[in-house]
Amino acid sequence: MKYAVFLGCTIPSRQINYEQSSRAVAKSLGIELVDVGFGCCGFPIEPIDQVKAISMAAMNLKKGEEARLDVVALCPACGEMLMKAADILGKDETTVKNVNNLLSKHVGSEYRGENPRVIHFARMLYEDFGTDKIKNLVKHPLTGLKIATHPGCHYVRPSSLNEGFDDPEFPHSLDELVEATGAESVDYINKNYCCGGSILAVREGVAKAMARKKLEVLTEVGVDALVLICPFCGIMYDRYQKLMNTELERKFNIPILYYPQLLGIALGIDPEELGFDVNSISVSGLLEKVGV
Amino acid sequence: MKLSGAVVDISKVDTRFLRKLARELGSSNLSKCFQCGVCVASCPVRWIEAEFNPRRIMKLAKLGLKDLVLQNDFIWLCSMCFMCQERCPQDVRPPEVMTVLRNIAAEEGIAPPNLMKLVDMLSENGRVYPIDDFIEDERADKGLPEVVAKPDFIMKIAEAGK
Ligand code: SF4
Ligand code: SF4
Repeated sequence: MKYAVFLGCTIPSRQINYEQSSRAVAKSLGIELVDVGFGCCGFPIEPIDQVKAISMAAMNLKKGEEARLDVVALCPACGEMLMKAADILGKDETTVKNVNNLLSKHVGSEYRGENPRVIHFARMLYEDFGTDKIKNLVKHPLTGLKIATHPGCHYVRPSSLNEGFDDPEFPHSLDELVEATGAESVDYINKNYCCGGSILAVREGVAKAMARKKLEVLTEVGVDALVLICPFCGIMYDRYQKLMNTELERKFNIPILYYPQLLGIALGIDPEELGFDVNSISVSGLLEKVGV
Repeated sequence: MKLSGAVVDISKVDTRFLRKLARELGSSNLSKCFQCGVCVASCPVRWIEAEFNPRRIMKLAKLGLKDLVLQNDFIWLCSMCFMCQERCPQDVRPPEVMTVLRNIAAEEGIAPPNLMKLVDMLSENGRVYPIDDFIEDERADKGLPEVVAKPDFIMKIAEAGK
């Protein structure tokens, strides 16, 4: 199995624990991830200028197609932006015209319907690799761990871009991936709610309160970790958990793991290779609990 | 009962704004919004910030009341979570409407400065978070492959028309 890996802006600079663990897991599973020179997906500036955002996505789609590989995105917002751009460019001639005006004038290129398959890393593990195969490769079952999953917004929604994959209201693929490691995936209220990350730059207070709500619920439920698959969710629940601990009376202590970090432990990968030093909330208790 | 939030003055309808919306809306169906409020009930931002009301934003936009839509930061508070989009019985696609409204506001220079800055970041670095020497060293230490520090096609697109 071989894919063009789409890292986006946030992961290779701010959340390299996600990248490091994803590469380590892919290597261990025999999945080749190729870097083909992608750039920003466009998502961050879509609110300001959608034509520019779609132009960026279009150039990335071209690179994926030129490499003749399926594109695997670590960031669900990047993945969604690429899928959405391909969808809009396939339907809306005005946008194609606007995008191609911009691209021919400023980049010397043109979008010609390039439309490689784009999927999220977790979906790739779930659909292309398969949970049964993962189960067979687990060397260190995480039996006894109580895990909450946070699927986030762009992994399964909008369903119009993810036809036939999972459920927009009650997503379960990430839970199955967690259970493939031997851990238990526990249910909790408003699991499919947003972390608030995308409004951090608009109203920090609201964004933090959104993240805090989930941390409060999970503290009630009592979990060993929250497992997620999006760098913005990671920043909100991990970094901001630590920050909120310095601001609030109530202290949270919920380790936040990227799914590949959890899977990596189960596959017997050296924790040094899984980037735990970057995590803001210490995972040492969890590692002790599973005996690594 | 306080009605001030519900009553609007339709003498302020902006027909140019309505025409622009009609042109830009693409696959969303703003005109079909029948004000059921399912979007409000589904909204995680509303859960925290009671003043945020996607139903009302749809109503004001549909009526062409541009000044009222843009008079506060509400259109920027939608987190693009798509919960309402999944549940809206009329396939209005509120987050897509928000994007169109945001683009119109940005054109008029009334976007949050933090978001405007992102375009400059992308034209300067080709990335929202630059890859500096420190990060390059950290990546090398961890055995991570080199990435293109400044993708030039992104810089050119971000710079276009500036
Ligand atoms: S946008 Fe949809 S869910 Fe919201 S009020 Fe209108 S019809 Fe109802
Ligand atoms: S997409 Fe925006 S308006 Fe709709 S539920 Fe999410 S945050 Fe609320």
